[in-house]
Order: sequence, then structure tokens, then C-alpha cells
Amino acid sequence: MTTDEWRLIGTVEDIPRSGARRIRIGEVDVGVFRTANDDVFALEDVCPHLGGPLSEGIVHGNEVTCPLHNMVIDLATGLSVEPTPKCVRSCLVRLEGEKVYLSKPDLRDLISQPIR
Amino acid sequence: MEDMKKKLVVIGNGMTPGRTLERIFETNPAAYDVTIFNAEPRVNYDRIMLSPLLSGEKTYEEIIIHGDGWYIDRDIMLYKGFKVDRIDRRSRIVYSGDEECAEYDKLLIATGSNPIIIPVPGHVKEGVVTYRDYDDVEAMLWAAQRGEHAVVIGGGLLGLEAAAGLAMQGMQVTVVHLMPTLMERQLDPAAGHLLQKAVEDRGISVLTEANTKEILGGPSVEGVLLDDGTELPADLVVMAVGIRPSVSVGEAAGLEINRGIVVDNRMRTSDPNILAVGECAEFEGDVYGLVAPLYQMANVAADTLLGDRTGKPFEKQVLATQLKVTGIDLYSAGDFETSENREEIVLRDARRSIYRRLVIEEDKLVGTVLYGDTANNSWYLQLIRDGENISDFRDTMMFGPGYGEGQSADVAVASLADEVEICGCNGVCKGAIVNAINEHELSTIDEVRTYTKASSSCGTCTGLVEQLLTLTLGEDYKPTAADAVCGCTDLGHDDVRKLIEVQRLQTIPDVMQSLHWKSSEGCAKCRPALNYYLLSTWPGIYEDDQQSRFINERVHANIQKDGTYSVVPRMWGGVTSADELRAIADVVEKFEIPTVKLTGGQRIDMLGVRKEDLPAVWSDLGDAGLVSGHAYGKALRTVKTCVGSEWCRFGTQDSTGLGIRIEKFMWSCWTPAKVKMAVSGCPRNCAEATCKDVGVVCVDSGYEIHIGGGSGLTVRQTELLCKVATEDEVMEFVAAVVQLYRLQGHYLERMYKWLARVGIESIKEAIVDDDERRKELYDGFVHSQSFSQHNPWAERVNGVDAHEFKPLAELDLVEVV
Ligand code: SRM
Ligand SMILES: Cc1cc2nc3c(=O)[nH]c(=O)nc-3n(C[C@H](O)[C@H](O)[C@H](O)COP(=O)(O)OP(=O)(O)OC[C@H]3O[C@@H](n4cnc5c(N)ncnc54)[C@H](O)[C@@H]3O)c2cc1C
Ligand code: SF4
Ligand code: FES
Repeated sequence: MTTDEWRLIGTVEDIPRSGARRIRIGEVDVGVFRTANDDVFALEDVCPHLGGPLSEGIVHGNEVTCPLHNMVIDLATGLSVEPTPKCVRSCLVRLEGEKVYLSKPDLRDLISQPIR
Repeated sequence: MEDMKKKLVVIGNGMTPGRTLERIFETNPAAYDVTIFNAEPRVNYDRIMLSPLLSGEKTYEEIIIHGDGWYIDRDIMLYKGFKVDRIDRRSRIVYSGDEECAEYDKLLIATGSNPIIIPVPGHVKEGVVTYRDYDDVEAMLWAAQRGEHAVVIGGGLLGLEAAAGLAMQGMQVTVVHLMPTLMERQLDPAAGHLLQKAVEDRGISVLTEANTKEILGGPSVEGVLLDDGTELPADLVVMAVGIRPSVSVGEAAGLEINRGIVVDNRMRTSDPNILAVGECAEFEGDVYGLVAPLYQMANVAADTLLGDRTGKPFEKQVLATQLKVTGIDLYSAGDFETSENREEIVLRDARRSIYRRLVIEEDKLVGTVLYGDTANNSWYLQLIRDGENISDFRDTMMFGPGYGEGQSADVAVASLADEVEICGCNGVCKGAIVNAINEHELSTIDEVRTYTKASSSCGTCTGLVEQLLTLTLGEDYKPTAADAVCGCTDLGHDDVRKLIEVQRLQTIPDVMQSLHWKSSEGCAKCRPALNYYLLSTWPGIYEDDQQSRFINERVHANIQKDGTYSVVPRMWGGVTSADELRAIADVVEKFEIPTVKLTGGQRIDMLGVRKEDLPAVWSDLGDAGLVSGHAYGKALRTVKTCVGSEWCRFGTQDSTGLGIRIEKFMWSCWTPAKVKMAVSGCPRNCAEATCKDVGVVCVDSGYEIHIGGGSGLTVRQTELLCKVATEDEVMEFVAAVVQLYRLQGHYLERMYKWLARVGIESIKEAIVDDDERRKELYDGFVHSQSFSQHNPWAERVNGVDAHEFKPLAELDLVEVV
């Protein structure tokens, strides 16, 4: 992929460790999560249960717990942690030093079929 | 007739005679009038538990076996702090000094042992203690508060337990041991080294082959000088070098004495009216220093005193002991001395720190030492006791009874025979426990303790009893899950709180590391709980971890189903003003807030605020003096009031003013779960005070304080805590009771659940009966408020956590597409 396929959104330091920030593209929100090990993941900010804002949840390990009714989502796969998992759409992340990039093709996918 | 009852006098009030008396009163309460003399000025407590008491893992109340009430209910005369110094056998009277004496028909001597003191120069200095009773532990705790260095002389069971406890109290501890390796009687040198390393890992220094020459210092101890010239600094010296049966009263009375007071297999001494039990008694040349055999003696003595000759007489006992230092598993049983006609099988796995030694004589197991993994101890003990021929499974016995079927502890327990003893202290076997569980439908450890006494003394068999519960009840028993904080740990809330305190754990990663959390970072259940426990245990020291708080508490507003927020400012005591109402109206218009509603808590809720607007909304509200109402927090919510004496024709006191005063004093404190209060001006109770966490009902003569009500998921009426005369007292009592709840409540446990768990009596004892404790709690609350009482909204208006309120980036659609 060429560099113009990646969109710079900020630095790792902008996101609290074991926390998340949100980016907004038009009507669509994407949660950008930073784990305690400084891995960064991005998911559509919409819980597969009833649409809760995942970026407001508690981040633990590679997982986030939704703030509305406690569904647990695996950040790496976007799947909920339960016997029959539900899925959140995700977006590839690239780290270059401190800089955080999101995949433009993935973002395009997200905004072409908004859930909310 | 009362007078016809025979008189039983008991000398010494330790664990052994305690058990004898229990059995007598259970079997025939009318048999004796009992009088007890005890040199220690206290009731019967669990001496075994002194180590957990020293380390801070237990409190004195938790280790009492018979409280004062027990004696009163049985009309027992207990002389606390009275040492018997003379027995007149001819007139059958015992004397304690010139002050007290008592006549007996039967006399039970249970004077225990005296700790040995090595008479090196300086051994009488202040700060040199032994390790035997509650006073010794007090002295050690006192020294631990003031001094830094402790030297423990003796590296046996007691010495190591003392050292571990003192280290947990924050002292620098050195163990001085005469022999080349620790516990050389139980362990061979290699295993001794494993143990030494585990002890040293706790920050304790160990000096072996070290002989104490002198204890240095002025009136108080300052150091210890060893034979080789080494000088160790010391503010405390603990001598734990052994015990000697305490026989002097018996000896003076002319009873037959050897090492101990000689008894027959019915516990009778050379005088048939006098019995002896416990560590002071000697049977067939042996004295015993562990409760399991002593409780056997206790039962036999009770039978003898009741004239029952059907019971089993006392026999020589196989002994088993366990080191009670949390995290070090060491067990030994039987006779593990080596000799010519004995063979040994040893398993050693230094990397996993496991050591097992089986001592065999003529195809029978006679002794074992297990270190690191003690799961199969009951099975080995039973083999020793039964004297079973082991030649058939000699090759595999090292791996336990379930070898070949997988090695889980459950399997080991399942394969035990019914006669195998599970609780060594109380002599309860597997069959008895399983029967009790089935027969009485027991489902908790506590119930098993009540019915069978198993696991109620030293507690080291608790794990086995839990496995029996699992085995018997299957799915229905959730051993630890029931009260574990969450799936990341087996520890319950109380355990975690206590360990945070005694191990001085001060960060969430510390807690998870030290308490062996199963997940690397916890989960959304335990993280907020730990954050609260650390915050309430270490006010001013612990730094609140925002990432371990629910979103509501992190952004100080309530999240709504559509991701917007609601904002509820405080209206002190439900009272507002034109200025406040105007500011609210302005904010609602300016930020186009869709809904404004009166809450059930006498204030106004603005719902549907966009997250990014929150700081600006707060800023405008703040200008009018409005602060956060914590409607989102595990914190003080509202203090509802009624109009009270200022307006109401029935009002007896200024309930509105008092409500405001309480709210201004207590707002912004974090609590286990939300706390709601109310003050009503008379018993008509228009503020509904008797269904709140704390409710005050004013009456002519003062104020009733009620606690533990609720009207949400469950409707519960409060219980009356007490009545006080002045507003100032209300403030003190209310703050103290909330502080007690802050320290004892489990995270998310409302006050009414806490009350149901600990009981109103224990709360009254702390708050109403004990002025000092109440003051201490009140001061604790005030101290904690000094760090927490500020308006979180104002801080965020000024830029705290700004990242929470604005997106990281707003991307241009065109650019992405
Ligand atoms: C706003 C309000 C309803 C209203 O419009 O009146 C309200 C709203 C909520 N209540 Fe309540 N409760 C409100 C008064 C009450 C009352 C009445 C009272 O306080 O006098 C009760 C019963 C009294 C009691 O607590 O015993 C009440 C018992 C509950 C409960 C059950 C608690 C329990 O342990 O029994 C919950 C659930 C919980 O806390 O787990 C709850 C939970 C909630 C939550 C926080 C639900 C949630 O978790 O998101 C609601 C948040 C709405 C929001 O964002 O503002 N709310 N809630 C009231 C705010 C009062 C205030 O000024 O702070
Ligand atoms: C720190 C520690 C840890 C221990 N851990 C274990 C363990 O894990 N497992 C185990 O099985 N055992 C353990 N023990 C040993 C166990 O506690 C004792 O074996 C048991 O308590 C002895 O009971 P007893 O009734 O014989 O005497 P004690 O409990 O010693 O009671 C004797 C009482 O008699 C009083 N007394 C003495 N002389 C007189 C007199 N002349 N007049 C009036 N009163 C008098 C004393 O003040 C004392 O209160 C431990 C002991 C200690 C100190
Ligand atoms: S009762 Fe309370 S929790 Fe239930 S819908 Fe109403 S405000 Fe929400
Ligand atoms: S919306 Fe996420 S758990 Fe319900």
C-alpha cells in the first residue's frame, strides 16, 4: 500500500494508556484504543449489542467492556467475547514511531455503510 | 438441687481445657459447677492463630474461641489474670495468691508450656520477648511500630512464623539459627535451602550456624552479638527456641512428674481427683505440642470427668504439622528421622521448588515431609496411621493416590477413603464431613465449620473441605466464585481489602502482581473495585486511576442510551434560588438541551447534553455557584430534606438546615456504592428518611439516626442506630458510620447489604458503644475529605482530562473518499 492509503490521525501519546479516543468522519465515529502495552486498535465506535459507544468503556488487556451493558469486545478481532460472538467492524492501524495511521480503504468501507 | 452439683476447678484456660468444657456442657450441662483460673487476663482464644494476628491477616476478635458470653451462659466463674500457685490436696482447695481460692471435687490442670529463654547476658532487657501468647504479639506489634530491626532467634516453625509476621509489619528481620539449615529436624539440607530461599524472598535475612553470645543495649535492647563477632542491630529480639511443659503447680503439690505431669490413658494424674491435659501432660513418655493430640486428650478427660468409660482411651498419636506462612507450603507428619532400618524416597524439583520425602520402614510409611505442593498430605497421613503395607504401590506413591488418573487435587480428594482425616486439629474425617453436608444440606464452608468443627482451628485444611463441598454438591457449590471479586482472582473482597492494607499494596499493578491475579490487567469488574479499595485505604497517597473508572465517573456525568449525557447539579438539601434556576434555564437554552426534569432526589436533571458541550455547560453552571451532584458516582448523592421547624407547624428541628450542613460536609466522598440520605423534621417523615442509606428523624428531644434503608431494587426499611442530642453529634455519628462502611463495604455493595452482612450490632459496637473508635472513624473521614472535596466540574472546565471531551480528530469526508 502506498502512503496515501494511510491517514495520520495523531500520536500514541494523544490516547490515554488503557484508554481510547474517538475520531469522527462525518456521521461515523471510530474508536481508537491504546492498550497497556501500547498496541493501538481501531473499531467502529458502535457496540454490536445496542450501539453503545465502545470508546467510553474500560480497556483491559486486548479487550474493552462496553459502558452501557458490559459486553466485552476483543480489540484485535472486533468480536464479542461470548459463545456466539457478534462483530464490530474494524480498521487497520499502522504505527510509525509515535505516529498513528488508519487505513483509508477501511475507513471508506465504514462510511459507505454507516450503522447508525 | 443446685448445691449437689460437683465442683470442677480448672487451672489454665487454653485451647485444651476449652475443648473439655465444651464436651462436658454438650453432654451433661448439669454435671459440674465450673471455676477457671487463668494467668492470662483473657478468655479462651485460638493460640494457633497468633501468627495471622501478628501478620495482620486476622484480628483478636476473629480468633476468640469462647467470648465472655459463653462463660456467663454456663455460669462458669472465670478468673482472668489469676495464677494458681498452690494446691492443697488434702482439703481440695486451690489458691491464687492470698486473694482467691476455690474448693474442688475434681481438678483439671492445663497449664500448657513455658517458652524457653536462653540465659545469655542481656536476656532481661526490654524488647526481648518470647512467642507464646497474646501479650507477646502485642509487644511485637508495639516494637514494629517504633523500631526498624528485629532479630528472631530460632529457625523452627515458630521462629519462621514470627519472622514472616514481623516482615509483613514492615520490619527488617534477621533469623539467627544455630544449625546449618532451617528446620533441620524436618528437612534435609537441600530442602532446607529451598525453604531458606523462600524465606529470603520475603526480604528476611537468614544466618545459619549462628550462636547468640549476648544481647546488647542499655535498659532496652539495641543489638545482638553473635559468637563470631557479628553485631546485628535490633529493636526487638524474639526468642523462639522451644518450650518446656509448665509443671510447677503440679510439682509443688507432689504429683508424679517426669518431663510433664504424668497421666494415664484416662488423663488421671497420680492423684485420682486430679486430671491433667494439654502440653503440660505426659503420656507414656511423650509430651505433645500440637492441638490435634491435645484435643484427643481433652475429649478423654471430659469422658473421665463425666464418668463415661465407653469412650476410647488415649493412645500414642501420629503427629502432623504445617507451617502457617502464607505462600510457603510445608507439611510434615509421623516420624521422619533417618535410621539404619529405614529407607527414604525423595523427589526434588528445584525449579518448581517442590520437595517430597517419604520415610519407609518394613514396607510401611512412617513419616513424610512435603514442601511446595502439599496436596496429598491427608493420604500420606492416613497411610502412616493405618500402617498399611505399601509394597504394591511403592513405585508410584510419590505421585499421590490418583496417580495415572490425572493429578488434580480433586482427584486426590475423591480417592481418599472415608476414614481419612481431613481436619487434623479437630480430628474430623472425610466421611463425617460428607455425611454432614448431605444430611444437613450444607453449602458453605462456614456451615461445615459449625456442624463438624472441620477447618475451624488452624484453617490449613480449608482447601480440602472446599474440595469436599465441590465433590459432594457438584455444580451447586462454587467454592470461591461465590464471593470472589471476579474471574481474575479466587480472593473475596474482604481478603483483597485486608491484603492491600497489611501488605501495603499501593497501586493496581502491585495488587495484581502480589495477589497473583490470573489476568494481566484485570477486567471491568475488578479494576474499579481495586481503584476504590486503594483510594479508601490510602487517602492522599493513592492516585486515582481514571482508566479504571466507569465512563460516568470518568467524565462526571451520566451516559444515556444514545451516548449523550445528563447533568445534575447539587441543590443543597433540595433548596434552590432564583439565581440558580436562572442559570439552569440559560444553559438549557444555550446548549439546546432537550429535556429538563425534576429527579426523585429533589433536584434538576438536564438530559441529552452532547459530550463535547459538557465543559462549557459546567462552566456556565459554575459561574452561578452550582457544583457537581455526583448523580453518576459511587458517592454521596442527595440529602433530601423536608421544610422542618422553619415553616412546618409540626417541625421539631431545623431539618432543612441540618440536611444542607450534612451535604456540604460529606459531598464528594467516594463510597463502595452510592449513598443517599435524608433528614425529616418530625416522625411524619416527609423526607422519607427511613428508606435511605442514612436517615435522620428529628424529634423534640434530639435526633434519631437510622441506617441501611433502600427503596430501589429492594425496598428495605432502615434500622435505628442511636439517638443523639445535638446537631454536632449527628455530624460525628453520621460521618463515622459512613467511614466504617467505606472501610468495610464491598465494592458495589449498598449500605443495606453491608448492614445485613456485618449485622447492626457490630456497627453499634463501633459507632455507639466505643467513643474512641467513633472519633477515630470520624477523623479518618475528615482526613479523606481533605483530599477529595473539590468540584470535579470546575477542574475539567480548567482543562483536566481535556482529551475526554473532544474527538482526537475530525476527518474530512472528501479527503478519505
Ligand atoms: C435521575 C433519576 C430518576 C429521576 O428522573 O428521578 C435516576 C436515574 C437513574 N437511576 Fe435511580 N435515579 C434517581 C433516583 C432514584 C431513587 C429515588 C431517590 O434517590 O430518592 C432510587 C430509589 C432509592 C434508592 O436508591 O434506594 C433509585 C434507585 C436506583 C437503582 C437501584 C439501587 C438499589 O441498590 O436498589 C439503580 C440501579 C443501580 O444503582 O445499580 C438506579 C440507577 C439509575 C441510573 C443511574 C441508571 C443507570 O445506571 O444509568 C439512572 C441514571 C439516569 C441519568 O443518567 O440521570 N437508581 N434512583 C433520579 C436521580 C436522583 C438524583 O437527584 O440523584
Ligand atoms: C505462635 C504459635 C503457633 C502455633 N501453631 C500451631 C499449629 O499450627 N498447629 C498446632 O497444632 N499447634 C500450634 N501451636 C501450639 C498450640 O497452640 C498449643 O499446643 C496449644 O495451644 C496448647 O494448649 P494448652 O491448652 O495445653 O495450653 P495453652 O494454650 O498454652 O494454655 C495454658 C494457659 O494456662 C495458663 N496458666 C499457666 N500456668 C497457670 C497457673 N499456674 N495458673 C493459672 N493459669 C495458668 C497460661 O497463662 C495459659 O493461658 C502454636 C503455638 C504458638 C505459640
Ligand atoms: S427507573 Fe431509573 S434506571 Fe429505570 S428507567 Fe427510570 S431512571 Fe432509568
Ligand atoms: S450497548 Fe454495548 S453492551 Fe449494550
